[in-house]
Amino acid sequence: MSTPTGILAEYRAQRAVSKPASRTIKPWYQNMPLVAGAIVVGVLVLIAVLAPVIAPYDPIAQNLQETLQSPSSEHWLGTDKFGRDVFSRLIWGARVDLRVGFIAVIIPFTFGTIIGGLAGYFGGWFDIIVMRIVDVFFAFPFFVMIIALVFIFGAGESSIYLAIAIVSWVAYAKIVRGEVIVAKEQDYVVGAQLGGMSHMRILFRHIGPNVLSQAIIYAMSDIVMDIMAIVALGYLGLGIAPPVAEWGSMILEGQEFITTHWMQATVPGLIVVVTSLGVSWLGDGLSDLLNPDRRK
Amino acid sequence: MLHRLTFIPSRLLQAVPVVFGVTLIVFFMAHLLPGDPAQAILGDKATPDAVSALRTQMGLDKPIWAQYFLFLAHLAQGDLGMSFTYQRPVTEIVLQAIPVTMSLVVFALTLTLVISIPLAAIAATAPDKPRDFAVRTFTLIGQGMPQFWVGIMLILLLAVRARIFPVGGFGETILDHVYYLFLPALTLAISLSPTAIRSLRTSTISVLGSDYVSTARSKGASGVPLFRQHVLRNAAIPTVSVIGVHLGYLVGGSIVIEKVFAIPGLGSLMLDAIYARDFPTIQAVTLFVGIFVTFVGILTDVIYTLMDPRVNLAAKGRA
Repeated sequence: MSTPTGILAEYRAQRAVSKPASRTIKPWYQNMPLVAGAIVVGVLVLIAVLAPVIAPYDPIAQNLQETLQSPSSEHWLGTDKFGRDVFSRLIWGARVDLRVGFIAVIIPFTFGTIIGGLAGYFGGWFDIIVMRIVDVFFAFPFFVMIIALVFIFGAGESSIYLAIAIVSWVAYAKIVRGEVIVAKEQDYVVGAQLGGMSHMRILFRHIGPNVLSQAIIYAMSDIVMDIMAIVALGYLGLGIAPPVAEWGSMILEGQEFITTHWMQATVPGLIVVVTSLGVSWLGDGLSDLLNPDRRK
Repeated sequence: MLHRLTFIPSRLLQAVPVVFGVTLIVFFMAHLLPGDPAQAILGDKATPDAVSALRTQMGLDKPIWAQYFLFLAHLAQGDLGMSFTYQRPVTEIVLQAIPVTMSLVVFALTLTLVISIPLAAIAATAPDKPRDFAVRTFTLIGQGMPQFWVGIMLILLLAVRARIFPVGGFGETILDHVYYLFLPALTLAISLSPTAIRSLRTSTISVLGSDYVSTARSKGASGVPLFRQHVLRNAAIPTVSVIGVHLGYLVGGSIVIEKVFAIPGLGSLMLDAIYARDFPTIQAVTLFVGIFVTFVGILTDVIYTLMDPRVNLAAKGRA
């Protein structure tokens, strides 16, 4: 788990010391992290999509005769304090956590990339103002800001999207701005400018595709961070309202019975670890694929 | 050495607009609340008299910029309003909670170094060998673990099963505090160390390949002394800035961790305030954390400069 500022600093630190690597480009299927990440994420997405078919029980149907059962052939992971099947809730939880995680990056990605691109390309007062705003947002730790904003907007999925959008766009803006500042000195941009192309066309058609890869790679760490935020909000009782099956609130409910039913808090956490691992691999793989010469 | 610190005043000056920005955001938080800010702050049960008194105090009948200056004027006097769960000034309550959270953060930072330095050394001295792979797998998994879940797992293993540590609380004496804070600090350290290890590993590999390390080796240095005297300081420089920016993350993480371990710090204060809809307390904690992180940024730059004589001060001032 990491923060936007942390990832940026680490990225810079690594870039500062990494040596130029060989320029041989492997075919995508030999890119181990990419393949492994795609498989893990693919399976999880499939589980989420097929949840109504795969899950043996209704995730929110209570059965007060069968509360807190140990794992058995009927209930593979046992039942919770309301007699709900934990395995089915885990599967349905994938729908909520993956959906929110992947949707939440869209707004900050788009907004941050456009603002960062404009600031980097045009510079001047617009750049100065944008960068000061970015500095201010970076002063607040991710969680503190998310929790405060979700409180202000009220619990629920749309508040989570809004809070994440407000907090996360700054990282994209900073990354893309840095990339555009480097790119605009390149020959192909100077050539396009001398050729009389409009600034917007140069920025979006020529520079854009070349700088977008860094934002896409960062988006993978951002998805992991967003999933962590959703799970933490669920655990704090500030996320998606019960009785919807969600991994964070499942951990909260399981913690109550940690001495007798340790699996109930453990398994949802393990699924989060697997999900993050899959998305991180995908990010590493994409980074190899998109910037073959930047890796050490 | 001392003349290298002349950049500090200009760096502090740079922080001024950021601190103002932080106060601006915290100020606007009240206006983002649905409905009338005074009513939203005091809650549904407040009497009309109390609401109108707060409206006057916040200057809600004045233009927005006047309200902001009023907020700053109150802030300069350390007045951030009354907490209505505790019926005491918010500043007082926050000041009580700060030492608890700070001890947790410092403890966590110490444990992070204790975990990261040896593991990074183990990985960096044999790149792409099995032990490097093992350390890298640890960092990858460590980054994917929800912090609070790590805390619950540590409670399960070391408090419930093994009964070595308490399941939560803060204790009475200083020795108690160290004992009670160990598991929460370890939790934070486990989630911060992957980042520190990755940064240290990369920079150690590059330092180990440098000419001055070859020279030191040719003069007979090896093993731990070589590592301590020649490698660590240089390899640690990029990591200082990585850890510096992550201190804010430690403070953010401690919010959730304090809830898991029932520690009476800023995090518990903020969460309790959220459950009780005690807005002045939420505002005060957010403000403190924002300002704290800004100053940690400056401190990181100072340490960075002291450690690395090559840092270009002029460039640093502009950055």
